Amino acid sequence: MAGTRMRSAVTYSNEPLVSLRSAELHYRVGGALSALRGRSSVVKAVDGVSFDIHRGESVGLLGESGCGKSSIGRLLMKLEDATGGEIVFAGEPISGLRGAALKCYRAKAQLIFQNPFDAVNPRFTIRATLAEPLENAGIPAGEREARIIAALELVRLPQPAQFLDRYPHQLSGGQLQRVVMARALILQPDFVVADEPVSMLDVSVRAGVLNVFRDVRDRLGLTAIYISHDLALVRYVCERTIVMYLGRIMEDGPTEDIVHEPLHPYAKALVAAVPVPHPDQSHDPLPIGRGAPDPRNPPSGCVFRDRCPRAFDRCASEVPQLRQIGTRKVACHLF
Amino acid sequence: MTANLLSVRDLKVSYRVGNGHIDAVDGASFDVPRGSIVGLVGESGCGKTTVARALTRVIADNARITGGQILFDGKDIAAIPERQMNALRWRDIAFIPQSAMNSLDPVYTVEYQLNEVLRRRGGLSAREARMRCESLFEMVGIEKGRLRDYPHQFSGGMRQRVAIALALALNPKLVIADEPVTALDVIVQRQILDQLRELQTMLGISVILVTHDISVVAYICDRTVVMYAGRVAEAGPMAGVLTRPAHPYTMGLRNAFPDLAGAASGTLTPIDGAPPNLAEPPPGCRFAPRCPFSIEVCSTESPPLAEIVPDHRVACHRASEAPVLREIAARTETWLAHA
Ligand SMILES: Nc1ncnc2c1ncn2[C@@H]1O[C@H](COP(=O)(O)OP(=O)(O)OP(=O)(O)O)[C@@H](O)[C@H]1O
Ligand SMILES: Nc1ncnc2c1ncn2[C@@H]1O[C@H](COP(=O)(O)OP(=O)(O)O)[C@@H](O)[C@H]1O
Ligand code: SF4
Ligand code: SF4
Ligand SMILES: [Mg+2]
Ligand SMILES: [Mg+2]
Repeated sequence: MAGTRMRSAVTYSNEPLVSLRSAELHYRVGGALSALRGRSSVVKAVDGVSFDIHRGESVGLLGESGCGKSSIGRLLMKLEDATGGEIVFAGEPISGLRGAALKCYRAKAQLIFQNPFDAVNPRFTIRATLAEPLENAGIPAGEREARIIAALELVRLPQPAQFLDRYPHQLSGGQLQRVVMARALILQPDFVVADEPVSMLDVSVRAGVLNVFRDVRDRLGLTAIYISHDLALVRYVCERTIVMYLGRIMEDGPTEDIVHEPLHPYAKALVAAVPVPHPDQSHDPLPIGRGAPDPRNPPSGCVFRDRCPRAFDRCASEVPQLRQIGTRKVACHLF
Repeated sequence: MTANLLSVRDLKVSYRVGNGHIDAVDGASFDVPRGSIVGLVGESGCGKTTVARALTRVIADNARITGGQILFDGKDIAAIPERQMNALRWRDIAFIPQSAMNSLDPVYTVEYQLNEVLRRRGGLSAREARMRCESLFEMVGIEKGRLRDYPHQFSGGMRQRVAIALALALNPKLVIADEPVTALDVIVQRQILDQLRELQTMLGISVILVTHDISVVAYICDRTVVMYAGRVAEAGPMAGVLTRPAHPYTMGLRNAFPDLAGAASGTLTPIDGAPPNLAEPPPGCRFAPRCPFSIEVCSTESPPLAEIVPDHRVACHRASEAPVLREIAARTETWLAHA
C-alpha cells in the first residue's frame, strides 16, 4: 500500500544472493575497417563490474543511455554469457548452469521489460500470456487459472477476470505493465531486474505502477535491481544505488547519501540534472561536459575524464579503482 | 503591439472517426505573452498535441478546427486562407513535432534538410544558406563540421538540437515544441532545456512547450496551461499554478511526481482512473469521475474558466475553496478513499 516505506525493518542475510565479480561483457562490433580508422572494434558494455546484492535488498542501477545497465540485466538473466569474470547466484556461478538447473534459475530470476508492448506477444490473450511460464514450469493445467488470478491480484489489477480474454492492445499502458509484472512474478522468483519499467508510462499511471512494484517486492521479500537514468525514480524504490558510466561503476552506496551528497563528479552531475516539480530549484549549468560517452572509444585512465570538470593529469594515465569511502564506494582519484 | 503574441480563444478541434467525431479540443483559451515560455501540460490524450498542431494548422486529415479564434499578433489565423497561413509557417510560427528527433529524413544529410527550409522557404542563396546553417549549428551547440552527417550519426540529444535548429532557421516569433525532451536522459534533457531558454532569451522569441512532465514545466516555463480532456483546467504564472494550484487535477498531478528535494519517505499518489472517452465525455466537469471533491453540480454543469486571482484562471466549481482543498489534496488518503 502507498504510504509506508523505506524498509528499515528489513534485515539482510550475510550471504549475498547475487554477486558480480569483475564481470565483463565485451561486444565485437564493426570489422577491419573500423579498426583501421582507429576505432576499437570492441564495445565494453560491462567492463570489470563487481558488486554483491543481499537477499531482500533493492538496488538501483543508474546512468545515462548506453552505460551498460541493461547489459548487466542481460548478464544476470543469463541472456548473455559474460566474456570475463563471474556471476554468482546463491553461491553458484551461473556460467555452469545447464538443463534442469538452468530452467530452475530462469524461474528464480526474472526480467521486467522497459516497454510493456515489447514484452508480450500481441496475439496472445492475457490468459495465454500468463499461462506460458506456468506451462513451461510444468504447473498442471488445472492449477493455472487460480495462479493467474492470484498474480493479477498481487499487482492490483482490479477485477482481474475481466482482462483474461483480452489482447494486449485492449489494455492501457499501466494495465499492461501490471500484466508484465504479474508474468514476471507468477513463478514466485527470488530475484527480479526491472529495466526502466515506467519510462513508457504516463505520470499518473507511473506512480501507480511504482507503488505496486514496491508493495509486491516488500510482500514477497524480493531481491531487486531497478534500472533507470532518473535518480528520483530509483530513490523511490531502492535503498542503495550503483552509478555507472561507460561500463564501469563510479559510485555505489546508500541512495539517500548519494541524493544528499554525491561524491563522484559524475554522480554530482546526475543528481543536479534531476528536475523537481516546483519552482525553487537551481538553474546552474550542469557540472559535466557536453557530448555523449562514446563506448567504442573510451578515454584512457578514468572513462569520465573528457566530461569531468575536475579532471587532472593522473586521470588520463591511471584507472581509478573503486574504493571504500565511508558508507560507499567511489572510483575517482579525488578520493 | 499587443502584450500577447498569441491569444487562443475558445478553440475547438474535432476528429472524424467512423460515423461520429471526437471533440479532442473543446473550448480551450489561453495566452502566450511575448518573450515567454508557456508550458502546455497534462496526461496523455488530453489534447496537447492537437492544440499545438491546430495553432500551426498542420492537422490530421480527419481533423477540423470547428470553432474559436487563434489571434497571432492580433490577427485571427484560424480564419485566414491556407495560402496565407502557409506563408506564416517557419517564418513566424515554427513547429517541432513530437519525436521530431526521430522524424528527420534518414537519407539526407542534416545540412540538406536545413537547406530545404532556408532556400525553398526562406529564399536564401546557397552562400547565405551555408552561413546560416553554420550559425544555427553554433547556436544549438553542435560543431559545424557535423553538418554533413546523417541523422543516424547523431545521438538522440543531438538530433533534438538539430530539430531545434531547423525550427529556428527562419527566425520565427513563436516556436511550438511538442514533448522535446520526453525520450531523453536527465542530463541531455537538462542541456536541451537550458539551450531552449538561452535561445529564447537571446532571440526574444516565445515558446510553447508541450509536456506531460510538470518538473519540466517547473524548470523552464514562465507560465503554464494545464489541460484536461480537451479543456483548460487551470492557467497562469508557473509558480502560482504549481505552488498554489486551484484545480483538483493540478493538485493530483503534483502528488504523482517524485521530488528529489523532498523527504525520502515521500509517497507518490496516482490519480486513479483515466481521462474520459472523448467520443462520449461526461456531462458537467470532465474531471468529476476522478475528482475527490466533486459535488452535485459538478456532474451537471460545466465549470467556466474564471480568474481567481489576477492572471490565474481555473475551471472548477469549488475554486473559491482552493486553499482548503489543497490541504486535503496533499493527503494520500484523499485520493485512495476516492478510488
Ligand atoms: N487522428 C486522430 N483521429 C482520431 N482521434 C484522434 C486523432 N489524433 C488524436 N486523437 C484523439 O484526440 C485526443 C487528444 O489527442 P492528442 O494526441 O492531441 O493528445 P496528447 O495530449 O498530445 O497526448 P499524448 O501525450 O499521448 O501525445 C485523444 O483522445 C486522441 O485519441
Ligand atoms: N548486441 C550488441 N552489439 C553491440 N553492441 C551492443 C550490443 N548490445 C549493447 N551494445 C552496446 O553496449 C553498450 C551498453 O548497452 P546497454 O547495456 O543496452 O545500455 P543501457 O541499457 O544503459 O542503455 C552500448 O554502447 C551499446 O551500444
Ligand atoms: S578520476 Fe579524475 S576524471 Fe575521473 S571522475 Fe575523478 S577527477 Fe574526474
Ligand atoms: S468542478 Fe467539481 S469535479 Fe470538477 S474539478 Fe472542481 S470540484 Fe472537481
Ligand atoms: Mg537500456
Ligand atoms: Mg502528444
